[in-house]
Amino acid sequence: MAAPEASDSEEEELAGYGTALEPLPEGERIKKPIPLQEQTVKDEKGRYKRFHGAFSGGFSAGYFNTVGSKEGWAPSTFVSSRQKRADKTVLGPEDFMDEEDLSEYGIAPKEITTTDDFASKPKDRIKEKARQIAGITASIPGATALDDLIAPAKITIGVELLRKMGWKEGQGVGPRVKRKPRKQKPDPEVKVYGCALPPEGSEGSEDEEDEYQPENVTFAPKDVMPVDLTPKENVHGLGYRGLDPTKALFGVSGGDYPNLFTDGSEKTSNLLGDLRHSKGRKLGISGQAFGVGALEEDDDDIYATETLSKYDTVLKDEEPGDMLYGWTAPKQYKNKTGMEKEVRYIGKILDGFSLASKSSAPKKTYIPPDLPRDYRPVHYFRPVITARNENPLLLQALAESTGKRETDTLQQNKHTLNASQRRELLGETALKGPCPSVLEYLSVKDKERIKEAKQAAEQQMKTQTLPQQSLNISSSSDGVHHKWQMALGGQLATPGSSDFKPFAKNPEKQKRYEDYIESLKQGQKDTSESHSDPGMTEWERGRERKEFFHAAVLYKSSNSVLSSRFTRAKHEDDTDKVEVPRDQEMDVDDKESAVKMKMFGKLTRDKFEWHPEKLLCKRFNVPDPYSNSSIVGLPKVKRDKYSVFNFLTLPESTTTTISQTTNEKIQQNINPNKPKKPSRWDISDKEKKKKDSISEFISLARSKADIQQQQPESVIEDRSRTNEPLPNKAVNESTDQEKEEERRPSMDLFKAIFASSSDEKSSSSEEDSDEEAHQTPSSVPNSESTKPANLPDTSSADVQECMAVTNEPDLVPPLLKEKLDKEEEFGPRLPPVFFSSTTQRHEPVPLASSLEASQKEKPKKNKEKHKAKREHKHKKEKVTN
Amino acid sequence: MAFPEPKPKKPELPKKLVQNLECKQGAVRAVRFNVDGNYCLTCGSDKSLKLWNPHKGTLLKTYSGHGYEVLDAAGSFDNSQLCSCGADKTVALWDVASGQVIRKFRGHAGKVNCVQFNEEATVILSGSIDSSVRCWDCRSRRPDPIQILDEAKDGVSSLKVSDYEILSGSVDGRVRRYDLRAGELYSDYIGSPVTSVCFSKDGQCTLAASLDSTLRLLDKDTGELLGEYTGHKNTAYKLDCCLSEKDTHVASCSEDGKVYFWDLVEGSLTLSLTVGRGVVQSLSFHPSEPGLLTATEGRVQFWREETHTAEEQPPAC
Repeated sequence: MAAPEASDSEEEELAGYGTALEPLPEGERIKKPIPLQEQTVKDEKGRYKRFHGAFSGGFSAGYFNTVGSKEGWAPSTFVSSRQKRADKTVLGPEDFMDEEDLSEYGIAPKEITTTDDFASKPKDRIKEKARQIAGITASIPGATALDDLIAPAKITIGVELLRKMGWKEGQGVGPRVKRKPRKQKPDPEVKVYGCALPPEGSEGSEDEEDEYQPENVTFAPKDVMPVDLTPKENVHGLGYRGLDPTKALFGVSGGDYPNLFTDGSEKTSNLLGDLRHSKGRKLGISGQAFGVGALEEDDDDIYATETLSKYDTVLKDEEPGDMLYGWTAPKQYKNKTGMEKEVRYIGKILDGFSLASKSSAPKKTYIPPDLPRDYRPVHYFRPVITARNENPLLLQALAESTGKRETDTLQQNKHTLNASQRRELLGETALKGPCPSVLEYLSVKDKERIKEAKQAAEQQMKTQTLPQQSLNISSSSDGVHHKWQMALGGQLATPGSSDFKPFAKNPEKQKRYEDYIESLKQGQKDTSESHSDPGMTEWERGRERKEFFHAAVLYKSSNSVLSSRFTRAKHEDDTDKVEVPRDQEMDVDDKESAVKMKMFGKLTRDKFEWHPEKLLCKRFNVPDPYSNSSIVGLPKVKRDKYSVFNFLTLPESTTTTISQTTNEKIQQNINPNKPKKPSRWDISDKEKKKKDSISEFISLARSKADIQQQQPESVIEDRSRTNEPLPNKAVNESTDQEKEEERRPSMDLFKAIFASSSDEKSSSSEEDSDEEAHQTPSSVPNSESTKPANLPDTSSADVQECMAVTNEPDLVPPLLKEKLDKEEEFGPRLPPVFFSSTTQRHEPVPLASSLEASQKEKPKKNKEKHKAKREHKHKKEKVTN
Repeated sequence: MAFPEPKPKKPELPKKLVQNLECKQGAVRAVRFNVDGNYCLTCGSDKSLKLWNPHKGTLLKTYSGHGYEVLDAAGSFDNSQLCSCGADKTVALWDVASGQVIRKFRGHAGKVNCVQFNEEATVILSGSIDSSVRCWDCRSRRPDPIQILDEAKDGVSSLKVSDYEILSGSVDGRVRRYDLRAGELYSDYIGSPVTSVCFSKDGQCTLAASLDSTLRLLDKDTGELLGEYTGHKNTAYKLDCCLSEKDTHVASCSEDGKVYFWDLVEGSLTLSLTVGRGVVQSLSFHPSEPGLLTATEGRVQFWREETHTAEEQPPAC
């Protein structure tokens, strides 16, 4: 390359040898040779093809240089799984070959395909392709016509059958008719618009033949025009067809009925598989305004003028006899001649077939129903009534007009409810998940403080609303709320002062809550109404109001307590979802009754899907029942937790206050038995609520009696109190009573004493109480295995008192308990031999075997509760022994 | 269907005391036959596990290594290994011959009440008062269980294993059957805390003893009650129950120092065998012959049928 440049500058001095390289054209870059790695070859599907030498796989190795699979050789041959050992496949060479190579090596494809004989339309892909290409690229459009001509005539089986029956191409199917064949010809007056091929004059000879038509000659019926049902999707005029090169040439070569079969000719020619040969020599397209093609000879009517006479001016009936002229709805042929026609059916009847002797039953037609007189075939959409419509009058009017009110709006909000709201609507019980209330985390001391604060607030309320409440205890909750609001109003702290945000998850709600608090402080009347979301239903609003109210109470009473205890989480974890087993064991209550009736079986059985660990199955030599699932154990689902305030069971009004002794009587009248914790007593309380004031009085009297009877045992009370430091030392009657109520045991304890075991226990209850005064057992028995039973009202006072004593919840320090355990372990049943040595070991293990352990650690679980119960029983026995 | 065919020959019940083993290991918490009934294991409250020949009344070996009292034990199918569990929250796998602990499985949060090998002694299953059943792998060295069956709401008191099932009785009053083959869990509510469960020999029924002094025979497939056996006293302790070697009788310990036998089909009390003064805590029926081991207080007694004659004189223990 340097040579020519050099010669440019020093042409005169230097002599040149050889032939100079031709000078580079100006402005063109030097072509670099394509590097080897960029030289690519593609197969017919456009995929890159690689060449393989002997060292890299032999013949074409398929998918990205691997064979057959993405993974290459190994996985398809090596199957490690034990199960698949059975269906080991023998691989042939075909398995390692590409599909496009199969034909090359003479291996027939193994698919099942429809052969051309049976295909309704011969699928000739190559021909189609060639035609397409020709349509686009070919300089001489006529080239593809040859292919069509040469294509072998494949006849479908239907056509072959028809032919055997005497049918010929171009005829209609059916019995021969006696009529003028003239009709078969297209109406000469039919105009063709656009650039369709004009009618040809080649039928002229046939026309002439029509003149002398013998009478006794029958004709085949005319061919039925295939109805074109392709939708019109262009914007051309009706019947317009664009210039089609294949059509043009094809039409010329076999243009017998160019107009008649404007749409169908191609189809039919394909269908019938025959290609009609032209008689005359007419080539090319001859359409108006398209000029003359290169191959056309006659250019006679290039300059043909459009005359109005060529167009229809009158809408007239089509040919009267011709039912199927043009595109009309398919009509039945009138059965003019009936059976005769069938007899004169053309040709021979195929072997094995005979004419039906009787015609098939005519189709029954049903007349359409009469429409009502005022029917209008237009659908009317009723206007949607929205709750937030400004004009209430209009809203009401609309609602009335639609015939449904309120329910409509409720339904509208159906989709805005969340799962828990729906659950509440349905009256289902809340999920039992690991979502304890906040209050459970509080210490006893703090609980006490919360309670005090609450009671103080309540007290205020009581003083205000006493007269009304005593008259109507079950006043509407709204009313109570309102009073509460008034009472709380002054005491609530400002929402912005601390960051207690109970609804931080839902900013809008939090906003509403803050507004609510604000308005509470200002002493507004309908506080939450003004701030609530107009999109909410009345029910939702009520619920939210209640929630806010609870939140406000909680916040007020515990903000100092709680805020010091908790810090805000740095990372918000997925708290509104909780994993619970999908299937829960059903409620035991009905099972209980089933067990009582000894109706074991379906009633007592729960069946769950349970996924054993794969390894466990392996070890048990059992096939994994869920081999393709990764779940272990019971399938779990994530469910939404409900709002935190669902789990806070703050009773709206609680029992007596510390300082308040004067009001005690009346307050008791209002709520005689309010438990602190939900227990089985709840039920009886509710029942009691329903009772009239007389029964309340009775119960009041009874509780009074209880208190008096309890007085001598205040020693025990005092002891318990030393273990539990109270902020307020002022102990008076009311707290005693309250405590007693708190401590009232659940039913199973009663049952443990009275129902199940021998009578000696109950007879010696006096001794028991004495004994127990020293022993102070541990925890509240409250378990699912206990039977629900009602304490009879007639139960003696001393029993109750005894229970109250025995049932101190978790107040005894562990040290004391341990001592008691030791004591307890010395059972009366031990043989004397062992007494001297290691006595405590020799007692048979009670089922309540966890006792020692649990008491050493801390009695915290529900599980231990039975055991405590049994323990209790045990003790009783001991005493009696 | 579920009831086994009555035998033509009237089956005999073990009534005759042939051996009295003073175990000297504190209270005997459990006594268990080995797989063929030639030996037995006693679990003592003095942290020891002892292997006996109850037919001769000889002590073969003492296995010590538990940290607290031993509550249950089982032998492997080939008699080469033992497993035991105890109040020290561990499950131990022993080598029979050497008397050494092969492995200790820790993970239970409380006392382990019951332990079982699976058929091939590849898995140890243990039930604990922490309300879980844990499946420990004996083959691999991994320390954590293969699977934890924590469906029970309360302590698991009893456990039995068949070739494809795990049967557990829990203090929450339910008998749970985990079917590995079907991948299903059947939970039958009994109502009262279940102290002991066992399969019938034909594998069609389950027997459950509960603290309401009742034994219930349930159809395994449907959970229907086939029989109820009462008369004994079981209100406080974890007492064993079992079926006789041919499923003809149901036997249960009692708190009144007796062992009660009921006819399985009729449900009638056929025998009450006085064993001792205290609670009969544990019993084990011979797998193929009418022989019964009972454990009360610190001793184990071996009972045979009346017609039984000892092959040789047992040496005094």
